[in-house]
Amino acid sequence: MARNCLQAAELTTSGRPVLLPTEIECSLLSAVDLECEDLPNFPHLKSGLLILTTHRLLWLPESTAASSASAIPLAAITHIFSAKKSIKSMFASPRLRFQLSVSPDGRVSDSGSGSRSVVVTVVIRGKGDLDAFLNKLWDSWRGRAWEIVHEQAGSDVASGSGSSSGMYTREGAVRMVGVSGILRKEQEMWESTDKSLQDAFQDLNALMSKAKEMVMLAEKMRQKLLSGSTSQPSAENDEELGSKQEMQDWLLSVGIISPVTKESAGAMYHQQLSRQLADFVRLPLERSGGMMNLIDIYCLFNRARGTELISPEDLLQACSLWEKFDVPVMLRKFDSGVMVIQNKSHSDEEVFGRIKTLVTKPDALRTGISASDAAITLGIAPGMAKEHLLTAESKGLLCRDISPDGFRFYVNLFPEIDPNDMFSVKDYGIYSTWLRAACASG
Amino acid sequence: MQKLGDFKLPQFFNYPPYFTLQPVRDTREKQIQLWKDLILDYCKTQNVFVIAVEDQDFPLFSNPAIERSLTHEAREAFLSALVSQGRAEWLDKNHRKCLILWHRIQEWANIILEFVKENGLENSVMTVEEIRSGPESRGTELHGIDRTVLMRALKLLEQKGKLAIFKGTTADDEGVKFSA
Repeated sequence: MARNCLQAAELTTSGRPVLLPTEIECSLLSAVDLECEDLPNFPHLKSGLLILTTHRLLWLPESTAASSASAIPLAAITHIFSAKKSIKSMFASPRLRFQLSVSPDGRVSDSGSGSRSVVVTVVIRGKGDLDAFLNKLWDSWRGRAWEIVHEQAGSDVASGSGSSSGMYTREGAVRMVGVSGILRKEQEMWESTDKSLQDAFQDLNALMSKAKEMVMLAEKMRQKLLSGSTSQPSAENDEELGSKQEMQDWLLSVGIISPVTKESAGAMYHQQLSRQLADFVRLPLERSGGMMNLIDIYCLFNRARGTELISPEDLLQACSLWEKFDVPVMLRKFDSGVMVIQNKSHSDEEVFGRIKTLVTKPDALRTGISASDAAITLGIAPGMAKEHLLTAESKGLLCRDISPDGFRFYVNLFPEIDPNDMFSVKDYGIYSTWLRAACASG
Repeated sequence: MQKLGDFKLPQFFNYPPYFTLQPVRDTREKQIQLWKDLILDYCKTQNVFVIAVEDQDFPLFSNPAIERSLTHEAREAFLSALVSQGRAEWLDKNHRKCLILWHRIQEWANIILEFVKENGLENSVMTVEEIRSGPESRGTELHGIDRTVLMRALKLLEQKGKLAIFKGTTADDEGVKFSA
């Protein structure tokens, strides 16, 4: 096949498209073919997932091979044909056609200033609301969100702290969600309110501009963090080091700019949600040692989504779908019923190794360890620490001691004791180490 | 090393998890094995035949040095393990009292036969009480034997024709005539 005339679209490891800075997903259609008879080098795009964003049309193959995802910038579209109603169309798969400008050598450009025009046909083989998709395509195309990004980038460089208008898409652009969505909704409300209410909204306006500054600040922090991680930490001043944790917390507040919603994804909702979740959890997982309680994830995820909250059932379903995708995280259910999300690379052996070191310290040999002792040493939540201890117990590494003093764990000595001579203690091994520690106390 | 009277306790008696019934199968099996051995060993040396499950004074079931004691559930689990091995028997349906057989009934019967042989008691008559506490049995394992255990061993021998049991006026003066 000749060179791909479309742009390649970048995908995350879990198969979600990597969006541009202010790009938002608007709609999804599954089982879609893209055809173009005018171009000989148009790629063979059969039965994939078509995602409409404010900036682009993205075509993803069903099986996520990152190399073959394609993108068409909306800027390159010169005309969208309205759907033809005819007897014939009742029997064929629904189709949608638009005109695309390409350069003389048949490549799609960003600007839409190509010299040739070709017609691309979208064939919807699966179930999907073509009219709704067409409407959204029109909205996105007319919204010209990509131009606003360019403007804003320009103004930001010039002014440093941007004015209140540059951040938001103007009227007619598609809806935004997440933290930025809240801000924009407030802005619209403000603009449409009668002048007489202006005084009442004075405070809100002030809050909004503060919030906007916070978002920008967090974004700046993120840039700083990214650059900071590569540079040498040696000469950094104390203040900067001390605020690193703070910066990471702020970073979390930036939120997900384009959360997957039932409205945008439709039947693909859970699948897409699942992929987005897989991308989202990577950072919090890293910070909490590779494993997190499902409830914590639920809180963090919804906080990041801002307004488009999901239900616990949706979260569980999204996690359950991970088995079917090639994502680096997994859902794990402990024997106690506690569910956690963990990195696939997370190994119990490593945790067991640390628990073993902990329980063989002289104090722990004598008095055992509690879940909170383990939590402090392992740097994880006590509830999670207890799950690890119970797992280590079930593997025979530990055994329990329940007394009025509480529930404690000891290193398991039972396998070390000679069943034929219960008085014998080998000179080496954990049993004799325990004995020395126990004798030292009393 | 801790001691209970003249009984030497093993080192793991001071290991707190030893007193908590372990939930993990492999660990629990080993724990039960160690408890069975300890109980039999202790009963044999101390001549204890019956253990009452709720007896707070039974010294094995608690360790004041580490402030640990077995729960009712754990006591019953360990004694039941002895029962299923044939080394103990519940004396009541509610599992309150347990008869410990560090020698099985058959072994006790053999000990009686040995005792008869050594003392030349063939064709002579003894009361049951004389076997338990008479001068002939002093210094042997039969001295102070539990009456229930002794009667079961004697009945086993009677079935085999090694002796005859005849009733007296009270339970105390049941007599035994050993066969030649």
